[in-house]
Amino acid sequence: MSHDHDHHHDHDHSELSETELRVRALETILTEKGYVEPAALDAIIQAYETKIGPHNGARVVAKAWTDPAFKKALLEDGSKAIGTLGHVSRVGDHLVVVENTPERHNMVVCTLCSCYPWEMLGLPPVWYKAAPYRSRAVKDPRGVLADFDVTLPKDTEIRVWDSTAETRFLVLPMRPAGTEGWSEEQLAELVTRDSMIGTGFPRTPGAPS
Amino acid sequence: MNGVHDMGGMDGFGKVEPEPNEPMFHEEWESRVLAMVRAMGAAGAFNIDTSRFYRETLPPHVYLSSSYYKKWFLGLEEMLIEKGYLTREEVTAGHAMQPAKTLKHGKFDLGQVERIMVRGKFARPAPAPAKFNIGDRVRARNIHPTTHTRLPRYVRGHVGVVELNHGCHVFPDTAAMELGESPQWLYTVVFEGRDLWGEDGDPTLKVSIDAFEPYLDPA
Repeated sequence: MSHDHDHHHDHDHSELSETELRVRALETILTEKGYVEPAALDAIIQAYETKIGPHNGARVVAKAWTDPAFKKALLEDGSKAIGTLGHVSRVGDHLVVVENTPERHNMVVCTLCSCYPWEMLGLPPVWYKAAPYRSRAVKDPRGVLADFDVTLPKDTEIRVWDSTAETRFLVLPMRPAGTEGWSEEQLAELVTRDSMIGTGFPRTPGAPS
Repeated sequence: MNGVHDMGGMDGFGKVEPEPNEPMFHEEWESRVLAMVRAMGAAGAFNIDTSRFYRETLPPHVYLSSSYYKKWFLGLEEMLIEKGYLTREEVTAGHAMQPAKTLKHGKFDLGQVERIMVRGKFARPAPAPAKFNIGDRVRARNIHPTTHTRLPRYVRGHVGVVELNHGCHVFPDTAAMELGESPQWLYTVVFEGRDLWGEDGDPTLKVSIDAFEPYLDPA
């Protein structure tokens, strides 16, 4: 969902911002001192732009919805289960998958910085890294969900996972009704990034994507 | 340190504002900052905990008024200066003027890129048995180190229950200060929302943190 933009829009600007000048200066110094190769920096950016993103998490969720044995393994040891899927095997050792149920809704935050399962969801959106979400998610999650136009039943337990260490959390949302017989590929289309953070639900069949 | 980065439970920051179709980067320089941080970290100039500590030690007004990647940039520049990889004179001049300092893992070149796209490993062999079992009641210690810690203020002094044991991990409190990895047991500890936020708190809320063993006392 975040790959189809042109992020080089600043090329048209004739004036560089102070920050842009400082960033360029730092890269020049690091290059001149032989610490980094600029082409390697280009390659890092390209890898982030093409290899990671919420499509990885969506594949995992869709598989869990259709394969009970995989779901069981995923909830027992997220890293190990995902490691068995060739296409998203770079998740590292410390991924914990938490399941939403009618009784319990999970939500993930990092109050101290911006910890986020990059390998599953890509780079975090600005709101995830900004003060309003980081401050309120642990105290007033229903208020935060209202900012996303999400309402939960009054008696649903809300469990907020504050990512204070190198463990990473991925929410397994509930499978939408009306998707009986759907393939993994079809189901993956319904899985939004926010539904895997816990600030949204998957799309419902027939709704515009 | 009790910095403004430790935001859990603070009021007054306003609504969360999701951006529809948000781009991965809002300015091209943001992508260069991300790449430089990843490259210099992989080359051995600093570890992830040290880089977090340098962002936390930005002056509070700078931390709160800077965009995410601006904080990354400011933290990176200061850290590289303090660790001796570049000088303030070089930053002012915009060019290298002094000989380079040797990087632990050498120059970051194209051959290194694949390596950093695999998430790092933070688990370490256990130096001692775990003190706590799943289900144990524990109290988050009332500690206020002026250095790096991952124990957020909003749980300090409160009692929670050990829910998961993640094994022994690198201890950020020492790693950030370059005092060694000092592996510690890491637990998910869950707190009742009302224990944290009082009687007016959401009765359906439970909040967990991942807590290193030195953050916890038996309760």
